[in-house]
Amino acid sequence: MDDLVAGLLAGKVRPLAKAITVVENDRPGKRELLKKIYPQTGNAYLLGITGPPGAGKSTLTDKVIVKLRQQGKTVGVIAVDPSSPFSGGAILGDRIRMQQHALDDGVFIRSMATRSHLGGLSKSAVDVIHLMDAAGKDVIIIETVGVGQDEVDIVRIAKTTVVVMVPGLGDSVQIAKAGVMEIADVFAVNKADRDGSDKLISELRAMLDMVKNKEKPEIFRTIAVDDTGIDELVQGIYAHGDRVLETGLLRKKIVEIAESELRAYLLDTIMERSTNMASYEDVVKRVADKKITPMDGVDEIFIGLGLQKQN
Amino acid sequence: MDKKIKVLVAKPGLDGHDRGAKVVSRALRDAGMEVIYTGIRQTPEQIVATAVQEDVDSIGLSCLSGAHNKLFPKVVDLLKEKGAEDVLVFGGGIIPDEDIPGLKEAGIAEIFLPGTSTEDTIAFIKNNVTQA
Ligand code: B12
Ligand SMILES: Nc1nc2c(ncn2[C@@H]2O[C@H](COP(=O)(O)OP(=O)(O)O)[C@@H](O)[C@H]2O)c(=O)[nH]1
Ligand SMILES: [Mg+2]
Repeated sequence: MDDLVAGLLAGKVRPLAKAITVVENDRPGKRELLKKIYPQTGNAYLLGITGPPGAGKSTLTDKVIVKLRQQGKTVGVIAVDPSSPFSGGAILGDRIRMQQHALDDGVFIRSMATRSHLGGLSKSAVDVIHLMDAAGKDVIIIETVGVGQDEVDIVRIAKTTVVVMVPGLGDSVQIAKAGVMEIADVFAVNKADRDGSDKLISELRAMLDMVKNKEKPEIFRTIAVDDTGIDELVQGIYAHGDRVLETGLLRKKIVEIAESELRAYLLDTIMERSTNMASYEDVVKRVADKKITPMDGVDEIFIGLGLQKQN
Repeated sequence: MDKKIKVLVAKPGLDGHDRGAKVVSRALRDAGMEVIYTGIRQTPEQIVATAVQEDVDSIGLSCLSGAHNKLFPKVVDLLKEKGAEDVLVFGGGIIPDEDIPGLKEAGIAEIFLPGTSTEDTIAFIKNNVTQA
């Protein structure tokens, strides 16, 4: 474990890869590992890239990586694809678009399947972000398909979230209604080489006019396949990053994330300690038999844990 | 908790025949595995770098162009160089029977030819991966 942590903090590839597996598979030692690297986190720029399947997210990510590398920044990528609800397996194909960076030591790409456990993805993705952050990546890009609460939750922790849209999907405005408006800090209207991008942009503008109490995201026109509009997009991302820093929004976000992480560990810890208690089963039984109320049960468990009972 | 088998399916060299690799990828997914597919025209260096970053349990190489004798062993050698020799390497495609013993000697654990069922591949992976 100490070797793993030392290697990871030194920015070595294999220890980072192994550490991610520990976190993703919830292996023993996960807590200890995270505890050791936490102090080294908090420096990376977290960038979310989300949008419908086939919109060009991975291609766009690839091109954004090129710009970031030109600026001398190191990059971590977490590319999330859905698990099959039938078999639990997955085909993770985002890397196909990013293989030009495979031999660049300054770029670390990791594919993740959503797997199906409740709240699991966002939790382990956040932990993977911490690992990449501690390993010294300057920018961490999280690519997700913008559907499902779990995926929206991941994106929420990003400093800047880019929502990718494409003309001709028909349902783009539908998507815009379903929560994407709230999470978008920047829009990329990709595949601008195709008909309909002007129409999509004016529809987006009209939608944005109806959203109150939120800064209007900038809209960029991109053609990811031939690198058109990527410089502007990257500038727009940084401009947003500067604004959230100035307005105190970033601080608010950081506190929110800290609170939800703390809450998750608090719940985990209380549950783990409680269920480890010899009397736990017996308390459950007595609640089932209506001998005591669930509230009495909590009091008993708290006392058993050496905590004060609730009022 | 979850002990998903992770497999990298890769096509080394200039070979553009990707149907077989896609068929195999889908079959492994349907067997509950997580498959990373990186597309055609990968160098052995790219394949190994990807395998290390993704911390896969196994690599499945696909080659129909005839360059397997050069490309497959190169992948195994590079894995050793990176200290990742515990990764199970196997392959498939258009490969003459007489080349198979040499490939196995070079560290390719198994070769699957056209006509073999993907069930065999699935069973082979499940029986042979070492999950650290
Ligand atoms: C379809 C085909 C094409 C298509 C490919 C479409 C595509 N996107 O894949 C097209 C028309 C583009 C094509 C082009 C060429 N082809 Co062609 N093609 C074929 C053909 C007829 C079928 C291949 C196929 O798709 N089979 C179906 C799939 C599902 O089977 P498979 O790939 O064999 O995979 C199975 C197994 O091999 C195994 N497997 C394969 N990979 C893996 C990987 C793992 C990990 C595992 C476990 C198993 C596994 O499992 C699969 C499922 O059972 C074969 C002949 C043949 N009968 O194989 C020639 C063949 C492969 N082609 C050949 C040639 C020469 C070419 C060209 C060079 C022709 C030319 N002169 O232009 C070009 C090269 C293209 C390129 N860029 O590489 C030769 C190769 C000769 C050699 N090896 O010495 C063959 C053998 C024909 C021949 N008899 O001469 N081809
Ligand atoms: N015409 C056009 N095609 C694009 C553009 N960007 C990406 N594509 C193609 O769209 C397909 C899906 O791209 P991908 O990046 O995998 O999309 P993702 O599913 O959102 O990650 C690929 O075939 C890309 O080559 C673009 O700007 N214009
Ligand atoms: Mg993608």
